Amino acid sequence: MAAQRAARTKNEADHPSSPVLQFGPDKPLKLDAGTILSPFQIAYQTYGSLNDARSNAILVCHALTGDQHVANTNPVTGKPGWWEVLIGPGKIIDTNRFFVICANVIGGCLGSTGPASTNPATGKPYGLDLPIITIRDMVRAQAMLVDHFGIEKLFCVLGGSMGGMQVLEWAASHSERVFCALPIATGARHSSQNIAFHEVGRQAVMADPEWHGGKYLDFGKRPEKGLAVARMAAHITYLSEAALHRKFGRNLQDREALTFGFDADFQIESYLRHQGMTFVDRFDANSYLYLTRAMDYFDLAADHGGRLADAFAGTKTRFCLVSFTSDWLFPTEESRSIVHALNAAGASVSFVEIETDRGHDAFLLDEPELFAAINGFIASAARVRGLSL
Amino acid sequence: MSVNRAQRVDLEVVTDLIPANSRVLDVGSGDGVLLELLQETKQVDGRGLELSQRGVNECVARGLSVIQGDADTDLKFYADKGFDFVVLSQTLQATRNPKIVLDELLRIGNRAIVSFPNFGHWRVRFSLLVKGRMPVTKDLPYSWYDTPNIHFCTIRDFVNLCEELGATVEKATALDANGQKIGLSMPWWFWNFFGQQAVFLLRR
Repeated sequence: MAAQRAARTKNEADHPSSPVLQFGPDKPLKLDAGTILSPFQIAYQTYGSLNDARSNAILVCHALTGDQHVANTNPVTGKPGWWEVLIGPGKIIDTNRFFVICANVIGGCLGSTGPASTNPATGKPYGLDLPIITIRDMVRAQAMLVDHFGIEKLFCVLGGSMGGMQVLEWAASHSERVFCALPIATGARHSSQNIAFHEVGRQAVMADPEWHGGKYLDFGKRPEKGLAVARMAAHITYLSEAALHRKFGRNLQDREALTFGFDADFQIESYLRHQGMTFVDRFDANSYLYLTRAMDYFDLAADHGGRLADAFAGTKTRFCLVSFTSDWLFPTEESRSIVHALNAAGASVSFVEIETDRGHDAFLLDEPELFAAINGFIASAARVRGLSL
Repeated sequence: MSVNRAQRVDLEVVTDLIPANSRVLDVGSGDGVLLELLQETKQVDGRGLELSQRGVNECVARGLSVIQGDADTDLKFYADKGFDFVVLSQTLQATRNPKIVLDELLRIGNRAIVSFPNFGHWRVRFSLLVKGRMPVTKDLPYSWYDTPNIHFCTIRDFVNLCEELGATVEKATALDANGQKIGLSMPWWFWNFFGQQAVFLLRR
């Protein structure tokens, strides 16, 4: 069973159920780590069609455990796309009107080059031989994909959490290519607390004997227990205490009384175990290490001499930031400091804080106020951009 | 401030002061009525700063560039002379530190436009003099204990503050109880007595 899943991980990394763009030795990806990745590939999905002026493209950046299947049934899980509530024909991001692109990030595990991909030098999965990937590297690769479509300027780049970091990086390092930017529930850097949670997750993966120093796929194994624990810990940070209490309280799971053992007595335990188990079905443990590291390393101000406003100097991009009151992973203050930097840079910026008890994950859910803000922002930007209805 | 549109004749006066295609920051943008008016009639590049999150969310949903923030604390994040005009409409009296706020407006904008209710209006004076009560009028609908307006001033007080801050009054307009402009030839005391609202165009 584990061997089967290991084989599937390898297959999905090399031959995904998505279009794939290959970059040969003539087009290496320059990495912040000081080396290059070559050859490499990007797996992506698109929706709608590009207009003649190539001015209606929207790039969606996915979060840590997301993928390119933003608005179609996910081929691995069989579930709806992770942002289908927002994106699709007639939806707020209307694919009858916009050309939507979503690519698996470099370092991911659904077809873009990542640690589970075959290293052409050895014929085996990269494992830890893959150089460390940063948010800026991911964006650099996405820019090459956007080049491939002949798109000079994206109408909009949007995403939440790690996707929001990519949006900020796009706006900072390719500002002339971004007409408007929508970073949601994110920050311009990862806080110490966020790094701490990620480190717990990574240690859980690496403590699993099935991890084999990162070479588990060579042995047809996967560190599923470690990865499940990592997911359980992380999942708590995506919710709020109030929402956990509302949903689960101290309710018992399928039993009348405490069992005086270590079984999942409480509903919350059972829920977290389920979250852990379903996650390992669809995600690669080494990818989890690489992507959490990319988020930890992200510090946009540090990349610009310590002053965040300098990251956006002279920008003409229109920004809309969104945060959620109960998000303790990327609290409102993180968004507000970006807003202040954008003010100092003289940028056009809107900022909405949405009252909800659903925590960080609220950006993935059906939140009417979020949709109203996105709708208002996109519609007005489209008017200014001259995109007709 | 929650004043309905019919009473906001000052908005038209403000709009008349702003040339087309200007860069405008509206401090205390409320539900976005002025920004929308300016975008429709003057095609300005408009931004707003608003204290109430509800107001902000409504503005953004309507496509306006507005952020949540406090005039007393958040103006310092804006660059020097980042805007052609900074508007503070019916908000000065609700700030904790009007002097610092006005100073910031003059720093951020090439021009500042400030409108405020005149506490020197005869009705206000009448209420205090005859009734001995804090005035509650059409323009100032709050009771003393629940008003957000903590720093009222008269037109004369405001002119003094402008002098103190080294601001030049380029234009001033007073509106009477019917929203009519008071004649330019009238002396300050007349404005201060009959002007219910005042709109100042300032620069430094």
